[in-house]
Amino acid sequence: MKAGVVTFPGSNCDHDVYNVLSKIFSFDTDLIWHQKRHLNNYDLLVLPGGFSYGDYLRSGAIARFARIMDSVIDFALAGGLVLGICNGFQILLESNLLPGAMKVNDNLKFVCKNVSLEVNNNKTTFTNHYCENEIIEMPVAHGEGNYYIDKKGLNSLIDNNQIVLRYANQSENPNGSVENIAGISNNKGNILGLMPHPERCSEDIISPGRRDGYRLFSSIVANLKAGGEQIG
Amino acid sequence: MAENGWEKEGLTKEEYDKIVDLLKRKPTDTELGIFGVMWSEHCSYKNSKLVLKDLPTEGECVLQGPGENAGIVDIGDNQAISFKIESHNHPSAVEPFQGAATGIGGIIRDIFTMGARPIANLNSLRFGNLNNKRVQYLFKGVVAGISSYGNSIGIPTVGGEIYFDDVYEGNPLVNVMSVGLLDHADIATATARGAGNPVMVVGAATGRDGIKGASFASDELTEESDEDRPAVQVGDPFLEKLLLEASLELIKSGALIGIQDMGAAGLTSSSAEMASRGDSGIEIDIAKVPVREEDMTSYEIMLSESQERMLVVPKKGKENVVKDIFEKWGLHAEVIGKVTDDGMLRILNDGNKVAEISASLLADEAPEYTRETKKPEYLRTIKAVNREKIKSDNFSEDLLKLLSSPTIASKKWVYEQYDHMVMTNTVVGPGSDAAILRIEGKNKAIALTTDCNGKYCYLNPYRGGAIAVCEAARNIVCSGGRPLAITDGLNFGNPMDPEIYWQFKNSVQGIIEACQKLKTPVIGGNVSFYNESPKGAIDPTPIIGMVGLLDSISEQVTMDFKKEGDLIYLVGKNIDELGASQYLKLKIDKVDGIVPQLDLDLEKRVQKTVRSAVKEDVIKSAHDCSEGGLAVTLAESCFENGLGINVDIDEPISDEALLFGESQSRIVVSIAPDDLHKFEEITVSNSVPYMKIGTVQSREYKFNELINLDVGEMKSKWEAAIEVSL
Amino acid sequence: MDWEVKIETKLKDGILDPQGKAVKTGLKSLGYENVDSVFVGKYMEIIIKDISKKEDASEMVEDMCKKLLANPVIEEYKYELNKMEG
Repeated sequence: MKAGVVTFPGSNCDHDVYNVLSKIFSFDTDLIWHQKRHLNNYDLLVLPGGFSYGDYLRSGAIARFARIMDSVIDFALAGGLVLGICNGFQILLESNLLPGAMKVNDNLKFVCKNVSLEVNNNKTTFTNHYCENEIIEMPVAHGEGNYYIDKKGLNSLIDNNQIVLRYANQSENPNGSVENIAGISNNKGNILGLMPHPERCSEDIISPGRRDGYRLFSSIVANLKAGGEQIG
Repeated sequence: MAENGWEKEGLTKEEYDKIVDLLKRKPTDTELGIFGVMWSEHCSYKNSKLVLKDLPTEGECVLQGPGENAGIVDIGDNQAISFKIESHNHPSAVEPFQGAATGIGGIIRDIFTMGARPIANLNSLRFGNLNNKRVQYLFKGVVAGISSYGNSIGIPTVGGEIYFDDVYEGNPLVNVMSVGLLDHADIATATARGAGNPVMVVGAATGRDGIKGASFASDELTEESDEDRPAVQVGDPFLEKLLLEASLELIKSGALIGIQDMGAAGLTSSSAEMASRGDSGIEIDIAKVPVREEDMTSYEIMLSESQERMLVVPKKGKENVVKDIFEKWGLHAEVIGKVTDDGMLRILNDGNKVAEISASLLADEAPEYTRETKKPEYLRTIKAVNREKIKSDNFSEDLLKLLSSPTIASKKWVYEQYDHMVMTNTVVGPGSDAAILRIEGKNKAIALTTDCNGKYCYLNPYRGGAIAVCEAARNIVCSGGRPLAITDGLNFGNPMDPEIYWQFKNSVQGIIEACQKLKTPVIGGNVSFYNESPKGAIDPTPIIGMVGLLDSISEQVTMDFKKEGDLIYLVGKNIDELGASQYLKLKIDKVDGIVPQLDLDLEKRVQKTVRSAVKEDVIKSAHDCSEGGLAVTLAESCFENGLGINVDIDEPISDEALLFGESQSRIVVSIAPDDLHKFEEITVSNSVPYMKIGTVQSREYKFNELINLDVGEMKSKWEAAIEVSL
Repeated sequence: MDWEVKIETKLKDGILDPQGKAVKTGLKSLGYENVDSVFVGKYMEIIIKDISKKEDASEMVEDMCKKLLANPVIEEYKYELNKMEG
C-alpha cells in the first residue's frame, strides 16, 4: 500500500500523519512537496493539518493553487482516496472537491481539546470499522472549523448520506458548524474531509484508552486490502 | 553628534567616556548606536554578570552551558535536549498580542539555531488583578498572541503557569521556555570562524520595526510607553516555520560553520557575538542587506529588530548550498560580507566604512557593575501572621473560594486555545505538575515544568529563589522524572534601586544553593530588569524552567487519583505556618508573613522517596503541595476522574494551617492497598516523614470534620472561574 | 498604465459573521447603544502594472476575486479601480 502526504509550506501535521501511516499501518509513505507536479501511484492521498501559507487570506485558499493541486484534483476526480484533515479539509473545500465553506469559530478562539463525535455514516471507506451512530472521541485543534453550507447544499448532503461525522451534540460542537458537522464526504465516497485529528489518537501512548482515530485508518487499510482499486 | 548623544542611546557619561577611551577617538553616530544596544542590560548583562557567575553551570548531563543561543543537556542514545527561557515583558505590556507572539518567535530561533528541532513550548505568565479591564485586555491579548504564533508554527504549548497579582498590573510578565530535541552530531554553534568564509543574512527582509528594542527592554515602563509602540515588532509565524525548516536542513547539510538568531539588537549583536565567539572579525556591507523599506540609514539597518532573520556563516564555496535550501522554502539568503581575522566588526555602506569596532569590545568588554544593595525597608516590618484575624468559620466555603481564585483556578480557558498535541508526542499536557513528552522511537520521555512564586520571593528573596527550584524539581519528580537541569528567567525591577538589587542578589543566591543541593545545573537563561510601572516594581520573579528525564515512559505518573479504595499518603510534614499563602490573600487581601520554611535536606529526601517508589512501580498518583496547601492539592487530584476523598489527619497544628498552609517539601501520593508495606518500607529506608491520610472514594470530598463537599460542584467552580471573571 | 485597486470582501448577507457579532458586543459595552449591526470584512490594496485598458484591468480584478481573494460560497466582494498618477 502506498500513501502520499502533501507538505505545503506551513503544514505542521504532515509528519504526524506520515508517522501513523508508515509506522503503524505499514504504508509505503511519501511526503510530497507542494511544488511537485506529478503523483506516483498512490492508494491514498492525505492533505494534512497545519497553517498552509500561514492561512493568510482564508484557510486553505492559497494552498488550493499550489502546483501539486491539479494532480490531487485529478486523482480525486478519478476516484482516488483522499483524506483531508483540518487544514486539509479546508483545502478540499476551497478546491471544490467538497461542498461548503469554512468560517472562523463562533467564539473567535482557537480550540484544542478532545470532543465527542457521532459516526453518522459508517458505510464509507473511511469509517466502516466504526459502528453506526457510535460515539467516539477525537481531538480538534483549529480556529476556523465553523463549517457552513446553504440550505440546499445541506439537504443534498443529508439526502446522499454525506455527513460522515457530527459533534455528538451542541455542547460538544467546538466551532458552531451547521448541523454539528465535523466531517463530510463527496457523493462518490472517495473523499473525506474532517476537522478532528485521527492521527492524534491512533496510539495508546499518547491517547490511552481512546484510540478512536486508529479505526479510521484501519478502515482505509481494510478496504484497500479487500481490493480497492489503484488510481494512477 | 549632539553634545550628549550617549543619553539617547541609553548610555551614561562614564560609559561614553570609556568608549572614547577604548576607541581612542569619538564614535560615529552608527557606532554609538551599536554601543548603546550592545552595552544595554538586555545584551550585556552588565548589571547582573557578577552575580550570575556563581550559578552552578556544570554537571554530568551538560553538553552546552550558558553563553550560546541556548544550553544543551544529554538524554542518552546520542540524543540531547536544548532549552531556554526568555522574557518579552515590555513589548507585551504595550502590545500584548504581538509582544507575546514575537517572544515565542525569538526563543524558538534560539533553540533551532542550536541544531535542535523545537518540540515544546511552555509559558510562565504574570498579570494584575483580573477584575481590572486593562489587565483583562493584556491577559486575553497575550494568550491570543501565544495561541496564534505557537499554533501556527506547529510546536505544542504543553505547560507553564499563570499567577495574578496586583504588582503585575502595569507590567505583566511573559516568559517563554522552548525545548528542542537533537542528535549530538547536529549540535550547531553561533560562531564565526575562518577568514574569508562568507557571512549571509537569511529569512525576512529588514524593516524599521523594533529599532532599539533592546534598549526599550532595559528601561522602566512609563505613562508614555504606549507611544513607544513603533519599538514593538510584528511576528510572522508562517515565515518562521519556513525559516525553522530551512535552518534545520542547512545544519544537516554540513555546509555550515555557525548560525545565530538576529534577536535583540539584530544585525549588530549577531555579528559582534558570532565574531567574538570565534576570535574573528566580521566585515559586512549593509547595502547588501535585503530591506523592505526605502531610504534606511546604516544606523537603522544595524539596529532593526525585524523578526524571522538569521545570520549564517557557511564554508566558503557553499554559498549556493545555502541559497538553494532557502530558496526551496521561499526565503532570501544573501551574502553581505565575510569573516576576517582582525577581530573587528567593520560595517560598510556600499563600500564606505561607517563603523569599525573590535567585536570583543562590543560583546565582552561591556562594563560590569556591582550595584549597591540594601535590605528593603518593607522586610523590617514583616512578622508572623496574626492568627486571630484569619480564623475561618466555614472551611468548605474557603476551599471553594480558593479553587475559584484565578491563580489557583483551572487554566483550561487558556490552554484550550493552545495546540498542545501537535507533533503527537504529548503524553501529559497542560494542567499537570509537569508536561510529559515521549521521545519518538525510544522508550524514554522528558518532563517539563516552569515555576516561581513571586510572593515568596518578595517576602524572602533567598528562600523564594530556592523554593522555585525545589518546586520545579518536585513537579518533575511527581511526574516520574529525574530532574536534569534548569534555565532561569530572572524578572526584577530597576537594578539601580539598591533594594531591588538586594532582592536580585538574594534570589540568585537561593537558586544557587538549591541547584547545588539538587544537582540541577543552570544551562542558560535570561535577565529582565526594569519591570516597573508608575505604581512600583513587580515582585521579584525568578522563574525556573526545568527539564527532567524518564528512563522509561512506563514510569510516568499523573496527579489524579485513579481508583476508589486506593490509599492516600502524604510524604513530608505539615508545619503550623500560613505565611505568604493564598489563604491570606483570600482572608486579608494581602500576602504577608513569613515564607514557608525550607529544609533542602528534607526536600531532597522527599523527592528521593517518591522517585524510588516510582521506580518500584507503587505510585498511582503524585501531586506536590503548593499554592492553596493540602486542601487544594487533594482537590486537584480528585478532578480528572471525578473521585472523592475521605481524609482524616490528626496533627497538632491549627486547622487553617493544616488545610491551607503552604509548607514545602510535601507530596501527596496514592497507592493500591496491596502496596502498603512496600511503600512504607521505601519511606522508612529514606528516613522521611510520612503519614497515611485517607482513602480515595466516590465523589464526596471529606477532610476531617472540616470540609464536606461534592467534587462535581468543586470542579465546576474551579473550571469556570477564569472565564467567569472575563 | 498602472492601476490601483482597493478591494473589500465580507461575508454575504444572511451568513452569521462571528467577528462582526463580537465587535458589536464590544461597541455596545463601551456605551455605543445606537450601534445596530457590524460586519467585519477584509480590505486589500493591489497595484497592477502595465495594462492599458481599464476594462482589461477590471476583468483581471474580477477574475482574481472569484478565484482567490473571495470565497464565492460565503463571501461577496467589491472594488474600486483607479488609474495611478505619473
